[in-house]
Amino acid sequence: MLSALLVMAAIAIVLGAILGFAAIKFRVEDNPLVDKIDAVLPQTQCGQCSYPGCKPYATAIAAGEADINRCPPGGEEGIQKLADLLGMEFKPFGSDTAAPKPKSLAFIDETTCIGCTLCIQACPVDAIVGAAKQMHTVIAAECTGCELCVAPCPVDCISMQVIEEKIGNWKWKYPVYALTTAGNVAAEATR
Amino acid sequence: MRKLYKFHGGVHPPSNKTQSTRSAIAHAPLSSRLVVPLHQHAGETAKPVVQAGDHVLKGQMIGMPDGFVSSAVHAPTSGTITAIGMQAIAHPSGLPNLCATLMPDGREEWIERIPVDYREHSPSELQHRLRMAGVVGLGGAAFPSDVKLRTGKLKIATLILNGAECEPYITCDDMLMRERAAEIVQGAETLRYMLDAGEVLYGVEDNKPEAIAALQQAIKDSGLKHEAVAIPTIYPVGSVKQLIRVLTGQEVPSGKLPTDIGVQCFNVATAGAVHRALARGEPLLSRIVTVTGNVLRAQNFEALIGTPVAELVALAGTLPDTNGYIMGGPMMGFPLPDIQVPLVKATNCIIAASEKLFPPPPPPMPCIRCTRCVEVCPAELQPQDLYWFARSREFGRAQAFSLFDCIECGACSYVCPSNIPLVQFYRFAKSEIRAREHDKQLADQARERHEYHEYRIEREKREKAERLAAKEKAALASRHAGDPPLTSQQKTEQAELETRRAHILERAKSEVEHAGE
Repeated sequence: MLSALLVMAAIAIVLGAILGFAAIKFRVEDNPLVDKIDAVLPQTQCGQCSYPGCKPYATAIAAGEADINRCPPGGEEGIQKLADLLGMEFKPFGSDTAAPKPKSLAFIDETTCIGCTLCIQACPVDAIVGAAKQMHTVIAAECTGCELCVAPCPVDCISMQVIEEKIGNWKWKYPVYALTTAGNVAAEATR
Repeated sequence: MRKLYKFHGGVHPPSNKTQSTRSAIAHAPLSSRLVVPLHQHAGETAKPVVQAGDHVLKGQMIGMPDGFVSSAVHAPTSGTITAIGMQAIAHPSGLPNLCATLMPDGREEWIERIPVDYREHSPSELQHRLRMAGVVGLGGAAFPSDVKLRTGKLKIATLILNGAECEPYITCDDMLMRERAAEIVQGAETLRYMLDAGEVLYGVEDNKPEAIAALQQAIKDSGLKHEAVAIPTIYPVGSVKQLIRVLTGQEVPSGKLPTDIGVQCFNVATAGAVHRALARGEPLLSRIVTVTGNVLRAQNFEALIGTPVAELVALAGTLPDTNGYIMGGPMMGFPLPDIQVPLVKATNCIIAASEKLFPPPPPPMPCIRCTRCVEVCPAELQPQDLYWFARSREFGRAQAFSLFDCIECGACSYVCPSNIPLVQFYRFAKSEIRAREHDKQLADQARERHEYHEYRIEREKREKAERLAAKEKAALASRHAGDPPLTSQQKTEQAELETRRAHILERAKSEVEHAGE
């Protein structure tokens, strides 16, 4: 009887020690939910959600401080993804957030640029190259289209150019056709 | 007799091939204006290396391969480049792409052609030559051949030459095999040498007895140990994975390449182009194209790349009730948005369509889950499930049901009693998934750059503060190091300096703090 109790107690102590050790050794530093939310966000780093970047917005969502409908670059699909991830209801964009726009890239008119470096400082992903009193240019492949460089430019030489449909980024369209059922012609829902 | 295997499913559409095999391959006359697209192959667009106004010779490179998967583009004849710009090309989107416009001078002046004996060169040297000669797969996908020859350490046991040509109407490979079998066999042997492959098999559908006989004769004449195999006629046996299955009994696993199971496959016309590129030093400038359908004289033409499709169909004599043109076959081809588009390396067939030949399909009806599509799917997929997922945009589930193993052969749409355009749904889903993966990649890249940006700002702030602190310390140290005692006037001056310095420091610090904002 006593030995059984002792054995059980010993096992409990050993297992408890292992659990305690694992809790310290494999401690998760960050909130894993933040990373999951951050992975869904488009990483435009535009601040349109009123947070200074995608990660801070993700942190705010995880903490329950921010709504999921504040990211215009993510579009309604982004809201849907966040809703699925967090087990929430889909929420349309509120009136205080900007409407989603087609994805565009910043373009610097190099004849007007005076080389003030203000846009370089504003760019959240270091996608503008140039130096003081030297012409600046946007690395198109790195530009997220956040528009943060547009406002600081003192000579208004930066414009946002919508990405055109080319052979390289062309997509097959959703097939649309009239669906006939028992004589009734109804347009296939295109959503 | 070689033991042959079967693949799952397949269909038997009416072949409609005899119309265009009655006469020999004809040479299309030189057009007055050639438009050569710089993106005729899978992969990256070739970089133009000529300018408008340049005079070029036949076979001169006008587009340099740019990137690992890319291929060169050449001037199909001698003449003057009049423009390099966006022009309508043969693409289902109808969007323009970068092209070079060439006005031929009619002299057909060649560049210096340097023939090489493949046996005297290493495979990597030959791969480079093929890349620079613009040799790509001529079966329709136009994948650069040199990339397919870079098999690394993988051992290739079987080289397959694809002469199945299973799609209705198309006869360009059939005619090529009948007329130029010797070239194909030499090209195949070159490919065998480059891959260090064991056996060489030619897979030809048994509805082309003349082609098989011509190949067998050419093999006999060359004294090589190749084998031309007649395979049962069934669509889509000309698809790589299905052909490998029929000839070797092996199955290429999902997401793997034929080279992973020791097989590599080339189109017979590609083998011919390889032979020409090396043994004659001629880059890929022309191809054989079937012009058929609603025309007076259906025929195969050898035409220069860049020849307007309109001129080719005019040669065959379009009938008045023609209502459209299809590039490729009726199963996998696409309607041409514009008849003036140029012939490209991937163009194997032009079909003039009419209401009689291709009556408009009856309106689609709901899926009744008859699973006829499952019975015919050569990739052993569940087309009705894929349709359902694509339709409701459940892309994750479509991928889980191996959407990317779909070869878009159209067998499912062909048998669908409800006339649902199934393949269109799969294409839509595939391109959506690809676009999403691309966006995801861009987002990950942006995240990384943003994190580095923040780290850099932080580091610069810290470094500036450290520099200031070090300066201050050094100044203090030099002041205290063995100075003579100060007079009272010096002391007041010193104190004033000190307050000023403190003020400057304060300002500098606050500036540093605000610099990052």
